[in-house]
Amino acid sequence: MIKIKVGQGSCGISAGASKVYAALEKQIIDDNLDVQLSVTGCIGMCYLEPIVDIYDENSLLKRLVRVKESDVQSISDYVKTGDITHIENLIVSDEDKHFLDSQTRIALRGCGVINPDEIDDYISNGGYTALRKALVEMTPESVIDEIKVAGLAGRGGAGFPTWFKWNAARNSQGEEKYLICNADEGDPGAFMDRAVIESNPHNLIEGMLIGAYAIGAKEAIIYVRAEYPLAIIRLERAIEQANEKGIVGENIFGSGFSCSFRIKAGAGAFVCGEETALIESLEGSRGMPRLKPPFPAQSGYWHKPSNINNVETFANVSWIIENGGEEFAKLGTEDSKGTKVFAITGKIKRGGLVEIPMGKKLSDVIFDIGGGMKTDKDYKCVQLGGPSGGCIPADMQDTVIDYKKLSATGAIMGSGGMVVMDESTCMVGMARFFLDFTAKESCGKCTHCRIGTKRLLEILDRICKGEGKEGDIELLEDTCNEIKTGALCGLGQTAPNPVLTTIKYYRDEYEAHIIEKRCPAGECIDLVNFIINPDKCVGCSLCSRKCPAGAISGEIKKTFSIDSEKCIKCGQCIDACRFGAVEKR
Amino acid sequence: MSCNCSSCSDLSLLNETLDHYASVPGSLITILQKAQAIYGYLPSDVLNHIASVTGIPAAKVFGVATFYTQFRFKPVGKYLIMLCQGTACHVNGSLMLEKTIYDTLGIKDGETTEDGLFTLKNVACLGCCSLSPVMMINDETYGSLTPQKVREILARLKDEALKEAAE
Repeated sequence: MIKIKVGQGSCGISAGASKVYAALEKQIIDDNLDVQLSVTGCIGMCYLEPIVDIYDENSLLKRLVRVKESDVQSISDYVKTGDITHIENLIVSDEDKHFLDSQTRIALRGCGVINPDEIDDYISNGGYTALRKALVEMTPESVIDEIKVAGLAGRGGAGFPTWFKWNAARNSQGEEKYLICNADEGDPGAFMDRAVIESNPHNLIEGMLIGAYAIGAKEAIIYVRAEYPLAIIRLERAIEQANEKGIVGENIFGSGFSCSFRIKAGAGAFVCGEETALIESLEGSRGMPRLKPPFPAQSGYWHKPSNINNVETFANVSWIIENGGEEFAKLGTEDSKGTKVFAITGKIKRGGLVEIPMGKKLSDVIFDIGGGMKTDKDYKCVQLGGPSGGCIPADMQDTVIDYKKLSATGAIMGSGGMVVMDESTCMVGMARFFLDFTAKESCGKCTHCRIGTKRLLEILDRICKGEGKEGDIELLEDTCNEIKTGALCGLGQTAPNPVLTTIKYYRDEYEAHIIEKRCPAGECIDLVNFIINPDKCVGCSLCSRKCPAGAISGEIKKTFSIDSEKCIKCGQCIDACRFGAVEKR
Repeated sequence: MSCNCSSCSDLSLLNETLDHYASVPGSLITILQKAQAIYGYLPSDVLNHIASVTGIPAAKVFGVATFYTQFRFKPVGKYLIMLCQGTACHVNGSLMLEKTIYDTLGIKDGETTEDGLFTLKNVACLGCCSLSPVMMINDETYGSLTPQKVREILARLKDEALKEAAE
């Protein structure tokens, strides 16, 4: 039987996937087709959404991309006749297929294939066999050993060995222990965890159950960002179904091991991605980090031994138990084992979710998989690790993806946000953007972070406005170092990274802003002028009619010009011009 | 008991939530989320009521509520514009959109238009990075935006609201 799956992660739905689904549902009834229509999660090719996959039983026949509601008739015609001409223009190109074919999917396996709302679909694809193996055939110690052999490290950003945390929590005194999943994915530009939860929630639950068994926890809690409503709905349904099947709850698989699950929706605070702040938030308080030690493994949630891992970390666990730690450790480099998921966005041609073995180069992801820039401008840099990370410039594109190698550049592996920028992005503006974020999100506990980030932002603001002074760069560096040493939590200590890396690699851009009062990328609005390029202007007058300030004048069929005194730099003329004649300089 | 004056909130709407959660430790954020779902925002009399029923000091209730960006203390407009300011949207021009919204509606982050139709809220990341720049208005996501598209969407919503009001 023909099966049709419509990718419905948040991205897909935003691009119109649920409308396509509804139209297909109607078309199937109208045309009386013998087709099984179902929902699947994020396929990962976000730039091609909405995506419709046509399966013959379990093998993918055709993948259709950028499908619109109006295409459902053609899809129906194809299903009826098998005549490919009906859908030819929708079929994914070989170039785009390469985006998925060049990936190695462990954490993302099943995403975009299984139906996230049906536990049976997960089970029939081999789901929960690793849990059974762990509970029935393995001791908690041997589970921890297997994770140790695998060399799995925390995927949330810090890269701390997972087995070590599990072992510490296991060895802590006390009957009552908690296993917590950090799904408070706060880095702007990162959506790997959301995709895992929305697309394959049972994989997360399975990994968490194995972790709970290993440390001896009877309760598991998932702390999810409030901005992810669909993830919460799918997770709730998955837990309910697992409960009904006896996979979550009392005496799982008759092993004597019991574990209950609960979801806690966050309320919007970036700092809650820090594990001790997350615990405070779980307890109903302001999410302010605690002093470590004691570590959560000794004294965490309600001061009981607790273990906190990120979504992607748990998403690897069942694969490791099923295939063995050695198999996992074969992938990657000496220091970094396995794969890493990246959410690749920005000025990239093919943006989406990419899972690759550690040890690949940045350029493999950006050019081979991502297809390079979507604009006609040159590749400038990639930002890794969000507000805690940094920018790695184009001439270092051969840097190997590995915890140590990336840290050596001043950036970090981070949770997987990878924002690609071209020559039109101002690096001072980029640093300003992140500091604006961290200054707002600083919880306020430590003076250096609370006031330091604010001061950094003020200086950067000034520089972007053309009011920079000599000595500002040194002042920025000093302040950054103060924050690094004076902040309590990891997020505070890394908050200056975006400033430090941009100064390190783009000092000339800072100097251009400060000394020449010029923004080389043409992005800082106070430092650019809008002008009309006489070689391109055809004198159509469209821009002058759009200009709300009456700043553009000229004669029809002759070159128009902009009066910079009157210009408010709103950019409407750039949108209006069909010849690309309005330029920012 | 709630009074019937227009400036006080109907506190009885919160009874079920408080019956369920008041004595469960660590539930304050959940209670606040449910309260906001009921009232649309967190009026100060509601916060005081939560404090007195749960026994949590009012200072802590206000402290927690003001810590998290999800909570608001003023009613929002008919259309809540959540403008994504994530990294991908930033790189693809979200600042220009914020300016467009200001030029069109005269509101900045956190403000509501005088006619009560639109509220603008900058949000960290909506997670639809491949469609950047993005905004979400009352659960509907609009992607690949340009200033022109934003102006058209706002004009359409305004028209719809005016038509509704006329009917």
